[in-house]
Amino acid sequence: MSPTATKSRNPVSPKDRMKIPRQLMPEQPAEERAHNFEEVNLGYSAELAQQEAKRCLECAKPTCTDNCPVGIDVKKFVELIVAGDFLGAAAKIREANVLPAITGRVCPQEDQCEGKCLLSKKVKPLGIGYLERFVADYEQKMGIHVVPNVAPTGKRVAVVGSGPSGLTVAGDLIQKGHKVRVFEALHEIGGVLVYGIPEFRLPKQIVREQIDYMREMGVEFETDVVVGRTVTIDELLEEEGYDAVFIGTGAGLPQFLNIAGEHLNGVYSANEFLTRINLMKAYKFPVYDEPMLDLKGRDVAVIGGGNTALDAIRSALRLGARKAYVIYRRSDAEMPARAEEVHHARQEGIDFQMLTAPIEFLSDGKGWLTAARCVRMELGEPDASGRCRPVPIQGSEFDLPLSVAVIAIGTSANPIVQSTTPGLVTNRKGYIQASEETQRTTRKGVFAGGDIVTGSATVILAMGAGRRAANSIHEYLTTGAW
Amino acid sequence: MFKIIHAEFLAPGIKRFVIEAPRIARKQKPGQFVILRIYEEGERIPVTIENSDPERSTISIVVQAAGKTTHLLNSLETGDAILDVVGPLGKPSEIRKYGTVVVVGGGVGTAMAYPTAAALKQAGNRVLSIVGARNQELVILEKEMRAVSDAVMITTDDGSYADKGFVTDKLRQLIENGTRIDLVIAVGPIVMMKAVAEMTRKENIHTVVSLNPIMIDGTGMCGGCRVLIDGKSEFACVDGPEFDAHKVDFSVLVQRNTMYRDAEQRSLAEYRDSKSAEAGKCAVTAPQGAQA
Repeated sequence: MSPTATKSRNPVSPKDRMKIPRQLMPEQPAEERAHNFEEVNLGYSAELAQQEAKRCLECAKPTCTDNCPVGIDVKKFVELIVAGDFLGAAAKIREANVLPAITGRVCPQEDQCEGKCLLSKKVKPLGIGYLERFVADYEQKMGIHVVPNVAPTGKRVAVVGSGPSGLTVAGDLIQKGHKVRVFEALHEIGGVLVYGIPEFRLPKQIVREQIDYMREMGVEFETDVVVGRTVTIDELLEEEGYDAVFIGTGAGLPQFLNIAGEHLNGVYSANEFLTRINLMKAYKFPVYDEPMLDLKGRDVAVIGGGNTALDAIRSALRLGARKAYVIYRRSDAEMPARAEEVHHARQEGIDFQMLTAPIEFLSDGKGWLTAARCVRMELGEPDASGRCRPVPIQGSEFDLPLSVAVIAIGTSANPIVQSTTPGLVTNRKGYIQASEETQRTTRKGVFAGGDIVTGSATVILAMGAGRRAANSIHEYLTTGAW
Repeated sequence: MFKIIHAEFLAPGIKRFVIEAPRIARKQKPGQFVILRIYEEGERIPVTIENSDPERSTISIVVQAAGKTTHLLNSLETGDAILDVVGPLGKPSEIRKYGTVVVVGGGVGTAMAYPTAAALKQAGNRVLSIVGARNQELVILEKEMRAVSDAVMITTDDGSYADKGFVTDKLRQLIENGTRIDLVIAVGPIVMMKAVAEMTRKENIHTVVSLNPIMIDGTGMCGGCRVLIDGKSEFACVDGPEFDAHKVDFSVLVQRNTMYRDAEQRSLAEYRDSKSAEAGKCAVTAPQGAQA
């Protein structure tokens, strides 16, 4: 892990690299962005990117790549940035990752590549996510897309779901010469990237550009198809002649707290709240027809501490909420959200009510939410998840006045595909059983990956599963061996 | 895009559309529904499937104008197209031989009750149908219901056609006459389904209702359609839309369906203003209640 002695294109001596400070990401001022849906981070300029890239220590055994779920050759692409070959850097990333403009924005880098960066032992880690985003955006701006020219294999693959795992499978397999058709239940392609993650964190234009690129490569998309209802997995294999199917149906049914008052008007699941905003553009009502409750001057809380929770509450703030709370039953250290999002949310004025849990939603007697009765918690012994178990503090109950509460405490498995596909084995919680190495399910020719296998996780983990699935689908289609 | 092959009014404000949708036509079973979106800025709304014809690759839906989207939909004609139609969604009705089944259709709910009645008849049941509407003009699918029922009873609120009264009057008569009823299926306005449920609860008659909560994706992702069943949250789109009527908390359903009333009224008012500006004095048909 020591800095390499081999010839480097980096003009800065290894010793001096640590003296260059981590280049700050230009961002919209917090007080401005709290009132609009434009992207928070503005992206590096070429100059900033090259300056940041020069900080790379070029480790002989880079731990960044080891900690990347899709195994991006970080050292190599960063070196290409230093050399000024931005398109070469983009191409290098694309060898491992078909959606760099997206992962550069939403990956939890602090837990992955940057988390193990050697620099972080002394100074701040290399801004790998920022650099990835820079080259992906540069490539897009240049309008240069390399459409691979591969001999068709004559094999056809159906991909169920157009979220991160499905898009990865499609992007990888089309480059291996297979025909790929992606089926999407909603009217837009992108899954959680379009219905879940808000514009200010991932502009939809970026997602559309990545999808257009896939279309250029030959991937076919069909919207308005709920596999399991509109067509079954067996019909895809037997009647429509697909040689393999990948199931990437994603996070499923939203979980609720199961406390009194959860059916009151004003209580949303995060999925519904975010879908209304991101997919249906309810915040542009009445230009768009889908309505949502008016949040202007209202007090809003989200319950949960993950990325989805922060996406929801920061959206509420942008829609004019007077007070915007995060209610989380553990402490800062246990919050699963990306560090940058927590940082941004605090800058924007989100009020974090940590070690707090709602125990009841109160109403005005006419069916509308007026407050959450909460209790303060303290941390006890670690539970099965390894995190400290929150324990209610007796007598600490208080009422937090609210017009809207958004529940963001995770999801459980969507049953539609599993219940309509005989022989597809699921685990105790209803998620599809798939090999961790090959993503093979218990049905021949059927693969699965992403949240429908693991339960709620991240975009990049789903993409990692997609990558493994694509490799083993390719192997299956080539050898026929199961 | 989903092409409208044929469009016709069944009653004032109630229109039937035959739509080209090959995949849905092949899979549709009684009790299921579709979600549609008319145009890019449109909302997603659930709509009853009345019938399907796999050979012609078509489904038919019946829509009652109530809010902006349904008014807009009912302004579409043969040859027009709908941007998105997805389905068939929801679990199909449980079709088997029960014995005697009373199928109750209220208003436009009759369109959803009809395929279920037909399938129950085919499965060897004695099917007694009760069709209710506000007035004579709004009685729909009478001929179709007669063709699949052993008997059809019709009520109108104002007595302008058949018997004056409500569907529950007919159901009470059947019960009081000692008719052995093995199952009641009721589809229609919430107040009607609730009244049916209360009546059959006392008699211990198994009763199924088809619920129509607010819905967005229809695949179990958003949870907006959650209903309270026996004190537990269930999702109408994946666990329903049919539920045991005696376990449904109807008051929560009524309350949650009012969540966007202000926005809905504003949308409709603006739509009407734009229409009347467009067509001079031509007014849009008044909403008839029932579905979204």
